[in-house]
This record gives sequence, structure tokens and C-alpha cells, in this order.
Amino acid sequence: MTKVLHLEAINRSFGDRQVLRDVTFDVTAGRMTGFVGANGAGKTTSMRIILGVLAPDSGQVSWQGSPLTREDRRRFGYMPEERGLYPKMTVRDQLVYLGRLHGMTLDGVRRKVDELLEWLSLGERGNDPVENLSLGNQQRAQIAAALVHDPDVLVLDEPFSGLDPMAVDTVVSVLREHTHRGVPVLFSSHQLDVVERLCDDLVIIADGQIRAAGSRDSLREAYAQRRFSLIVAGDAGWVRDLPGVALVDLDGPRAVFDLADDADDQVVLRAALERGPVRSFGPVTPSLAEIFREVAR
Amino acid sequence: MNTSSAIKLVAARELKVKIKDKTFLISTIFFLLFAAASTVLPAMLGGGASSVAVADSAAASTLRDKGLEVTQFADDASAEQAVRDGDVDAAVVTGGGDPKVLAMDEAPSDVVDALSAQPQVQLLNPDAVDPLLAYLVPFGFAIVFFFTSLTFGLQIAQSVVEEKQTRIVEILVASVPTRALLAGKVVAGGVLALTQIALIAAVTIAGVQFTDNGGLLSLIGPSIGWFIPFFVVGFVMLAALWAAAGALVNRLEDLQGVSMPLQMVVMIPFFLVIFLSDNKPVMTLLSYIPFSAPTAMPVRLFTGDAAGWEPVLSLGIMVVAAFALIAVGARVYEGSLLRTNGKISFGAAFRDKESRRLAEINN
Repeated sequence: MTKVLHLEAINRSFGDRQVLRDVTFDVTAGRMTGFVGANGAGKTTSMRIILGVLAPDSGQVSWQGSPLTREDRRRFGYMPEERGLYPKMTVRDQLVYLGRLHGMTLDGVRRKVDELLEWLSLGERGNDPVENLSLGNQQRAQIAAALVHDPDVLVLDEPFSGLDPMAVDTVVSVLREHTHRGVPVLFSSHQLDVVERLCDDLVIIADGQIRAAGSRDSLREAYAQRRFSLIVAGDAGWVRDLPGVALVDLDGPRAVFDLADDADDQVVLRAALERGPVRSFGPVTPSLAEIFREVAR
Repeated sequence: MNTSSAIKLVAARELKVKIKDKTFLISTIFFLLFAAASTVLPAMLGGGASSVAVADSAAASTLRDKGLEVTQFADDASAEQAVRDGDVDAAVVTGGGDPKVLAMDEAPSDVVDALSAQPQVQLLNPDAVDPLLAYLVPFGFAIVFFFTSLTFGLQIAQSVVEEKQTRIVEILVASVPTRALLAGKVVAGGVLALTQIALIAAVTIAGVQFTDNGGLLSLIGPSIGWFIPFFVVGFVMLAALWAAAGALVNRLEDLQGVSMPLQMVVMIPFFLVIFLSDNKPVMTLLSYIPFSAPTAMPVRLFTGDAAGWEPVLSLGIMVVAAFALIAVGARVYEGSLLRTNGKISFGAAFRDKESRRLAEINN
């Protein structure tokens, strides 16, 4: 059985408000799956349902083909949206405690905690109470808490918020290390540029419904319009007069335009060369932000 | 990992945190000093045998035989001077005739007794309790139960709120059953509370033995012995409700309000037992009501008003009440633990369906 975490037709309401509608998607082994959506779209609710902290009204979460059990969940690593560790306990003590709760032996967990603290550059802070750490270091400790028991699946709600760029890189390399070992990783984020750089797969949710799901590249292809960017030596304003061209943006020598399905991009290039030197010409792939805006509309 | 090892882990963490906690250490030390002081101090202040100055050697040997601290002087005048100088408590002067006791401002009863012929005394009710003790003992039981139960109950509630407030509870619930969390906290609170009162009991008994008022130990011993099981059942009975009170709120600031009814349940019996300890019908009633039984029954045992079977019956009633209240407390705890948006009412938490659905999917 492949290591896939699968959500099937999950519905959930709070009172009259339906927060999730038939939410269905996969988180596949060895891949980082980015979970993107506006505030209140249903990301956190979905994640809490995966972890068994919230019950679905209907639908099922399965792991490796069978419904999730408590024993499966004990092998999951979870970073909740609202962070929290015991403020007065030292980082080391609480990581050891959480590891033990997940069924690790004392020796095993001690070794693992040393390794994690080293990895996350928290080694010197290990014996400090969490409340004495800077926010960034508290965040690292929180990530360590999700990783301490070598989880089979990682579910991280906004793991990068509050991290400086260097810390983001540290965390990314730690997560990559887990996907290389075949662990499926689901993470949500508001920072679309981070998601874009990081994720292999993408799930886009809006108003409690999955609007798009699949590999990042296939989504890019699917949402790619025939958009091109052209930079010439002089003013590029003439492009708008060519047949089949819809100008998107014009800034002196730089033009971005969409082409009608029957128009030929090479015709535009030749026309440009006839007018003078061409500095750059090529297709524009949509950014995640653009796909997101398109899909979530 | 099974539930019982999860309970052990949770309880071990709670113990580790609390043992380092200043409130716990200070309250323990305070109670131990209180127990030691209330048993040892009265005897010490009572001041032991009087010191006597005597010139007559026959009188001196009589007094010495009675265990008094005797200093011999050359004549009556110098003995009298020793009293005036405050070197001794009293002087016995013979002046050639009958002995006379000299003292500054208070008749030294032990000296007087030593010199007088005592009639035979037979007590018809040898178990009758010294009126001072009859007041102190109920006060002692009540205050120990009240403070210990309140302190450790509130600590359970605070520890639940802390987990909710920091949201670590989501991580905990994702890895261990909710009941294991609850049970771990109750066990830890119970162990700490029991340790504290066992220490207090030990110090009290040692103190009584040290000052040795003879029959006092045999009088107070059995009620202290019974107090311990009563205390344990009484504490555990409320512990789950304390945890439930903690789970109903999200911030430590809100705990005071929501735990008020529970504080009353501990406080009202405290005052009733202290103020009505000489009202036998009321004390009999109180000794069967589960909330007041932990103090009222040991007090009745101490005053000799309770028959041998009575504590057994009362304890049985408490055990039944404890099962019921733990069930209610556990249900409210589970129904409110994961609700992190605002305060939840007791009733809403009790009726909560989410936790039962969760329990189903987590099986």
C-alpha cells in the first residue's frame, strides 16, 4: 500500500455555518503538499480533523488505505495553528515529555532531542524555560515538538509564520530531510512565495471547498494562459495593434500580453525584430499567487 | 503505548512541576510548623516543674521526691530573697513551724500539691475530652482538609487552564486519550495532597508523643488514622470537578469565577464543622454528607460520639458519591477541553456531542 493520507468527502459545520464541503485530497509520501487558502477557508479545520482533535460531520480520513486510528495518529507530527508549549518547562524537558507521550523510550527520546536541538540551532537554549526564548526560537521549539517522535506523517499549520528567512531555510531543510525518508508533509501557509518555492503538490481551498489539487507543475500548466513578455529597445506600445494580442501591461520598452488561441507568438517576435533589437521574449508562467487568485475567486 | 502508561507519564510531569513549585513547598512547611507548634508549644509554655528555694532539708527532700527543682539555701531569709530576685519560682519557708509557700504573683500549684495530702480521685468518665482540645481538634481537621483540598484542587484546575491557554492541549489530545490526561492530573494531585497530610499526621503524632500527655495519643490516633482515607476519597471525589472547572475557561483570570461553586462546597463544611462542633445532631448529619464527612467523622470519632461502624458506612457513601461526581467531572472535562473559543457553560459541556463523536473515531 502506498503511503498516502487521504481525505474523502469531509463535511463539517459549526452551528449553521458549513466550514468544509466534501473536502477530498491526498497527501502523498515523500512530497511536500502546500495547503493554501484565505483566512477562514477551512485549512485549520481540515488539519484538526486529520489529527482527531475535531470530528467530521461526515467523510473519512484514511492512511495507507484504511481509516485512521488513534495508534496511527500517535505516529503523526502536528503543529497547531495557535502555538503553545508549557511556558515554565525547559525546551528539553517538554520535548522529552512529548516524545514519551508518543511512546518513545527515555533513552531514544533523549538522543532524538539532542539531535533535533542541534539541527534547529537550539542547542544552547535546551535548558531554558520556553517563556525565556525569543519568538523565533519558540517557533523552532514548536517545530521540534512536532518532529520529536520521528512521525510517519507531518501536519503543520503555518509552520513558517514568525520565522526570519534564515530560520525558514533551516526548517525547510529539516522538512526536506523528512520527505526524503518518504514522510508525507502537509503544511499551510499564507506566504505564497514560500509555498511556491517549497511545495511539490498543492491544494487550494476556498469557502470550505477544494478548488484545485495536484502537483505544482501540472497546476501551473493547467492555469497557464498564452501569456508572453517582450522587451525591446524602444517603446513597445505598437504591440497592442497586432491581431490576436490583448495587452496586459505596458511599461515603456516592456510589454506583457495574452495571445488569442489562433495567433502565432512567432509572428509577434518577427514584427518586433523588424522594428529593432529585441532584448527578451518568452512565455510567462503564472505565479502561485496568480493561480490562487484565479482559482479562489 | 496503553492508557495506564500515559497516565503515569502525565502524573509524573505534574509531580515534577509541582514539587518545584514554591506554593507547594511553602504550604507544606507552614502546615508542618503549625502541627508541630500546636502539639509541642502548649507543653513548653506550660513550663515544666517549678524551681523552689528551701532552707529546711526535710522539706527539700520531700519536694525533690515530687520531681521539683530544688535549691537549698542557708536560711529562710535568703530563700525568700531568691524568690524576690527571680532566681526561683517559689520558696518554702518553715520558720520553725508549718511550711509556708512564698511566690511572687501566682500560687505555684505543683509546689502546693507536693506539700499537701491528696485525696483519692476516681474519674467517672475517663474519656472526657479536655475542652481546649475539644476545640482545637475539629479546627485542626477542618483547616487541614479545607486548605489542602482547596490548594490542590485549584492546582489541578490551573494546570488544565494552562494547557488550554497555551493550546498545547491539541498536541496532547492528538497523542493520548483525554481520560488519561484527566486521570494523570487527579493522581498527581492526590499523591501530593496525601503526602502533605501524611506528613502533617506524622508530625502531629510525633509531637503528641514527645510532649506525652499519656492518653492523648490513644485518643487522637484513631481519628487521625480515619482522617487519611476520608481525606483521600474526599479529595478524589472533587478532583475531576476541579479539572472540569479548569476546562470550562480559556484564561487563568476566568478560573476564579467558574470555580466559585466548588470553593463553596469546600468552604461551607469547613465553617459548619468549626462552629457547630459541639452540636451533636448536626455533627452526626454532617458526618454522613460526603462533602463534610472528611472532617466531621474524624471529629466525632475523637469526641467518642461515633460507633465503630459509622466511619465505614460514611466512607461507603462517599465512595458512591465519588464515582458519580468523577463521572460528571470527566464528562464536562471532555466536553469542554477542546473548545478554545470563549467560556463554556457547565451544562453545554455536559451535553457536548463532539467529544463523544471524537471518542468514537479515536477508537
